[in-house]
Amino acid sequence: MDPECSRLLPALCAVLADPRQPVADDTCLEKLLDWFTAVTEAGSSLLLLQENPCLVELLFHVLKSQDLSSRILSFSLRLAGIFAAQEDCFQYLQQGELLPMLFGEVGPLGGAAWTAPAVRSGWIQGLRTLAQHPSALHFLAACGAVDTIFSLQGDPSLFVASAAGQLLVHILDLVMRGPAEGRRSPQACDWPACAQKIVGHIEDSLCSTDIPQVTQALSVLTTAFGHCHGLWTQGLWVRLSPLVARLLEKDPVPASHSLVDLLLSVARSAPSSDRDLWETLAQTLSHLSPTQAGPLALGILKLQDCPQVLRTQAFGILLQPLACVLEAAAQAPGPPGLLEGAAADSMMVDTLLSSKSACVGLLCCALAHLGLLQPLPQRPSPWPQAPLLGAAVTILRLCSGSAAPTSDVGGRLCAILVGCGRVQRAALDFLGALSQGTGPQELVTQVFSVLLEYLVSPESSSMVLKKAFQATLRWLLSSPKTPGCCDLDPHTQLFLRELLPVLQKRLCSPCWEVRDSVLEFLTQMTRHCGGQAGFRQALLASEVPELTKQLLRDPESYVRASAVTATGQLSSWGLCATPAIPECPGAQQESLLVELLHILSTDSEGFPRRAVMQVFTEWLRDGHADVAEDAERFVAGVLQAASRDLDWEVRAQGLELALVFLEQLLGQRGSHCPYAVALPETAPPGVLDQALQVLCRVQLFEFAFRALFDCDRPVAQKSCDLLLFLRAKAAPCGSSQEAGDSPNVASVEATLQRWQAGEQGQPLGYLEPGAVVALLRSIDLEGLRDTLAESSDHVEKSPQSLLQDMLAAVGVLGENEADCY
Amino acid sequence: MKLYCLSGHPTLPCNVLKFKSTTIMLDCGLDMNSTLNFLPLPLVQSPRLSNLPGWSLKDGNAFLDKELKECSGHVFVDSVPEFCLPETELIDLSTVDVILISNYHCMMALPYITEHTGFTGTVYATEPSVQIGRLLMEELVNFIERVPKAQSASLWKNKDIQRLLPSPLKDAVEVSTWRRCYTMQEVNSALSKIQLVGYSQKIELFGAVQVTPLSSGYALGSSNWIIQSHYEKVSYVSGSSLLTTHPQPMDQASLKNSDVLILTGLTQIPTANPDSMVGEFCSNLALTVRNGGNVLVPCYPSGVIYDLLECLYQYIDSAGLSSIPFYFISPVANSSLEFSQIFAEWLCHNKQTKVYLPEPPFPHAELIQTNKLKHYPSIHGDFSNDFRQPCVVFTGHPSLRFGDVVHFMELWGKSSLNTVIFTEPDFSYLEALAPYQPLAMKCIYCPIDTRLNFIQVSKLLKEVQPLHVVCPEQYTQPPPAQSHRIDLMIDCQPPAMSYRRAEVLALPFKRRYEKIEIMPELADSLVPMEIKPGVSLATVSAVLHTKDNKHILQPPPRPAQPTGGKKRKRASDDIPDCKVLKPLLSGSIPVEQFVQTLEKHGFSDIKVEDTAKGHIVLLQEAETLIQIEEDSTHIICDNDEMLRVRLRDLVLKFLQKF
Repeated sequence: MDPECSRLLPALCAVLADPRQPVADDTCLEKLLDWFTAVTEAGSSLLLLQENPCLVELLFHVLKSQDLSSRILSFSLRLAGIFAAQEDCFQYLQQGELLPMLFGEVGPLGGAAWTAPAVRSGWIQGLRTLAQHPSALHFLAACGAVDTIFSLQGDPSLFVASAAGQLLVHILDLVMRGPAEGRRSPQACDWPACAQKIVGHIEDSLCSTDIPQVTQALSVLTTAFGHCHGLWTQGLWVRLSPLVARLLEKDPVPASHSLVDLLLSVARSAPSSDRDLWETLAQTLSHLSPTQAGPLALGILKLQDCPQVLRTQAFGILLQPLACVLEAAAQAPGPPGLLEGAAADSMMVDTLLSSKSACVGLLCCALAHLGLLQPLPQRPSPWPQAPLLGAAVTILRLCSGSAAPTSDVGGRLCAILVGCGRVQRAALDFLGALSQGTGPQELVTQVFSVLLEYLVSPESSSMVLKKAFQATLRWLLSSPKTPGCCDLDPHTQLFLRELLPVLQKRLCSPCWEVRDSVLEFLTQMTRHCGGQAGFRQALLASEVPELTKQLLRDPESYVRASAVTATGQLSSWGLCATPAIPECPGAQQESLLVELLHILSTDSEGFPRRAVMQVFTEWLRDGHADVAEDAERFVAGVLQAASRDLDWEVRAQGLELALVFLEQLLGQRGSHCPYAVALPETAPPGVLDQALQVLCRVQLFEFAFRALFDCDRPVAQKSCDLLLFLRAKAAPCGSSQEAGDSPNVASVEATLQRWQAGEQGQPLGYLEPGAVVALLRSIDLEGLRDTLAESSDHVEKSPQSLLQDMLAAVGVLGENEADCY
Repeated sequence: MKLYCLSGHPTLPCNVLKFKSTTIMLDCGLDMNSTLNFLPLPLVQSPRLSNLPGWSLKDGNAFLDKELKECSGHVFVDSVPEFCLPETELIDLSTVDVILISNYHCMMALPYITEHTGFTGTVYATEPSVQIGRLLMEELVNFIERVPKAQSASLWKNKDIQRLLPSPLKDAVEVSTWRRCYTMQEVNSALSKIQLVGYSQKIELFGAVQVTPLSSGYALGSSNWIIQSHYEKVSYVSGSSLLTTHPQPMDQASLKNSDVLILTGLTQIPTANPDSMVGEFCSNLALTVRNGGNVLVPCYPSGVIYDLLECLYQYIDSAGLSSIPFYFISPVANSSLEFSQIFAEWLCHNKQTKVYLPEPPFPHAELIQTNKLKHYPSIHGDFSNDFRQPCVVFTGHPSLRFGDVVHFMELWGKSSLNTVIFTEPDFSYLEALAPYQPLAMKCIYCPIDTRLNFIQVSKLLKEVQPLHVVCPEQYTQPPPAQSHRIDLMIDCQPPAMSYRRAEVLALPFKRRYEKIEIMPELADSLVPMEIKPGVSLATVSAVLHTKDNKHILQPPPRPAQPTGGKKRKRASDDIPDCKVLKPLLSGSIPVEQFVQTLEKHGFSDIKVEDTAKGHIVLLQEAETLIQIEEDSTHIICDNDEMLRVRLRDLVLKFLQKF
């Protein structure tokens, strides 16, 4: 600990021990604990206490004081735990009988303070930190802490209850991980008394008829198997698995969620040869209700090593709800469905039809689980792509009311699902996920037709529509290309022709979320298919480009931003609205540039302006025809507008654009790898001079220097990087040596100093290339970069500052108190 | 209690309820779907319509070619349009005491009922219903009268001939009852019979029942009605809405505890959500106008149009449509727009508060002020000078058979740039468009029906818990075109009773109580006796006096002094016999104690048998049987009156007398 902190510590301890001094807040106390943890991890706790007796005094004082706040009491318990984690320090504290007084029955445990959850939580956390060595175990046994922890498992505060469970696991692990672990047999009969006691308690809980108690036992075991990896855990499972299996015999299965968590936790840590475990899992799958079994089935399928039979059973559970839907909606007995040979389970049908919430919940879970499995390498194989596609399409049709099932179950399902947005969203997500695989053409046609139905339907809510657009995009992008031709296949082409009128209508929707979704879809489509003749043809024949352009004036800023991105993308591919005057093809494009510049300089919201900057950067990078025509004028205009912007992201994007311009003039930036050996390549002097002239003309330096002292750190950092890059390129340029002493440079430096001090009103004036190079040399860019790299609160984060702040806060309060008198 | 169903149209109901001694007509809607079988009435001479070929039978017989014309495969009657009236033969309508109107759409048949059936009663309706109803009738009369048509076709209605006609004429029902439109004079006379009522106002009908209108949330002044006596309650729910549109919200709480709930006027398009439809309407409108096309909205002059104008008010600026003119053309356009602004007390809370600012409750005032919305009585006159395209025109009639809309259909139908957007749900848009085929203009169907859908009905019924629900048969099964949609029907327990046109329903509900008042002096004379804690009884001898459905117990007249005269008394002067009444008994007989008492009194050989209703005590020796039941005790013995009296007295010992 540094001396300054040591000096401040007694005062702080006095403040903490004084009930009349309200301590700033919990965050300060947490920070203080973090600091003490760091200090004790770095050195000896015993030494710390010996050098700073005020700490032990604080702990003693806390015990004596009656009217201390529960926060301070909790803090002290945790602090004592931190110190006692080292065995020598533990002994030291034991000598003073401090620990029994804090954690034993004479301490807060029996007092009024115990009613505060914070104190109970502090007690548990203190013990949790303390329990690191055999002495601690003896102490726990001696003070009867384990019984208290048992009772805290049922604490009304969930935090306390959960922490109590974790502490039990920690103690169990500590007991079992002792030096004798290797010799200990997995049979639990010769385990130490403390372990026996805990395990006995778990056994009792598992046999209890009180469901919360069963849940507690199961969650303790889940934690144990999830976090402890000693051999003893196997013995524990051998001992407890019969009790767990007995839970399955009850109807309904108690605490099913926790049971599933436990079994999965055991399965993840158990060896794959454990046949009993797989047997239990299989049994559980068949005992649990369809809704409860879903998460277990998903967990089993995610396991790396697991018997195929069990995987098949688990996959069957996930597929059941969809199989039911498929069967119920089938017009006639068709080809084998999802579950070959097996008809839909009647229990599943009953669950689906029991209530709307049960049906919706089950289907959404099944769709979400299957959607999660789909991209995994260990997903079941063969993956029933076609029936799953069929099921997703059927569910979507039932939800839209367009399916006309003939069966009774189908009719009732339809009545439950029709118009249900939650299932629609889940099914569309799932359908999108399925686009990664292929399917028979007939089904793919059905997929596109149901997607179109959703895109067309006025009844689709904006969220459903967004999902429908996302799924459509995924399917369009994954649709097979015609061999030997880079164009879209005829089906996609046909779909696009039907889709564009829908986009047109949706772009006029009074709901801004809908307009926004269409623009996002259009941007993505154009990005990926802008070069394909079929897409271009269909798009240009529609009014979509024109309507998109009109949305640049939308009243909603998010829509304007999306419209900017979309028109930018369309324009990049030459797909913007057809020129009004056929003779001058550039007119329209130029007007778009002007319009975007207008948005950049006048729009009151940040999003559209940021979008414009991104579009401009992309245009410059890709050599957009209208930008390339006069890049210098373009960059000058954009930088001028960006430099005045109040939004730091716009200014940062301006630097990005400046960098692209620089790279185009001077060549690519070197490798971004910090360990790259090669030095940045310098530009030939002729090129450099010319480039500097250009950069001066576009006033890039004024922009960059201004940004260097920007009040927003990311802007300053970016500018610093840019100038460093430029300096590296310009390094060997000798001609500018003399310019360093010219009066021009001196005045610029003076201006920059004023800028740095916050007075940014004065302009820099025109800069000569020579002066720029001199400036680049004279400014300590590396130093600036290092300063900027430190987080803005690096000064405030120091422990010394923390202590000072806490004292100052109290000090100020003290003054006020004096004023009152 | 009976319900006579005079209309088969679920949203244009006309039912007669006989309840206690009253005959109450619930609504008198006019089914205008019949007009779809007629050719449109063009305001301006239309060569296309006048040159349509006459229709002839398959065998070439052309005797109907003057009456029936063919257009794109459909056959239309070339005559003044006619309407299908409610049933007039099922019940003598002159016996109807009152007519209760629930909203302005459901009163369009009123002149037919009040002016031609001998009706002498009163009509009850709210002020907005009457005023807007008048506008609707005025518009209808105006539309039809301003295009006089000499020809009146009737030959085709002959049953033998109708059979030979193509559909839908062949299947048209009750054609013989179809009538031409009423006149303005009849309208005025009918409306003069209306008495205005306010929400929650209690109206006594002959002392027998009380009727009360409640806000139904569907339109300005729209009401549901409670018809109740002291012990029975019938709720009539017609055209209600739970959506937040311009009218006052629906009063659901007052519908609770009904014995019978008659449910009509649900949404006609249960699959279309009004919000989505408004979105669709705006999108299509904007798309058309941006492309330089015109938009035609066939509509009624009141109702949804107010909400549409409000949505457009919010939408046009954002959609860049500020420069597009909106025209509202109707003979009653001006009155409708102005009426809407003055019925503040009938509006939703938000709009009511605006009035206190003071601001007009509807934003269409601002649209008019800024010249964005212009209204005209017809296409003639000022409109032709101001007309600018592209534009949006709101005009009637939604059936496309008469009104200014006919002109715009003829004018804009040929261009695919233009769009007609149907927002009124009353007519099938395909049938409405049939006489305009072939049509190049785009047709969009966005029916906006804010009335209750089946999900809302199901919640409502759960909430108000009526004992019985009565509804049109259409609501008890899924729509024919979507037979799998079992969610599109009323689902309640016990199942709803359904009715169809010309059916009489006996409502499953018996009256069990009647309220009787007791005169104070008579009440004074009562001496109640507590027979068990909290329950006291007293006997009363009185005369029941019944007048105007009110029942009063009066003290019996004193027995007249015998005059000794020989005057013959008139029958009406008869004084009721006031015999001295035997005391009334109460209580129950404990069998075991009774048997012990019998034994004490010397009866032996007693046997007790349990029966379903009580016990039988057998006195075998005396060959007597005492049958003890919950509400009666019989002593059966063979002509031994002494024994019977003895036994009776023993029984009476166990009972209380008063």
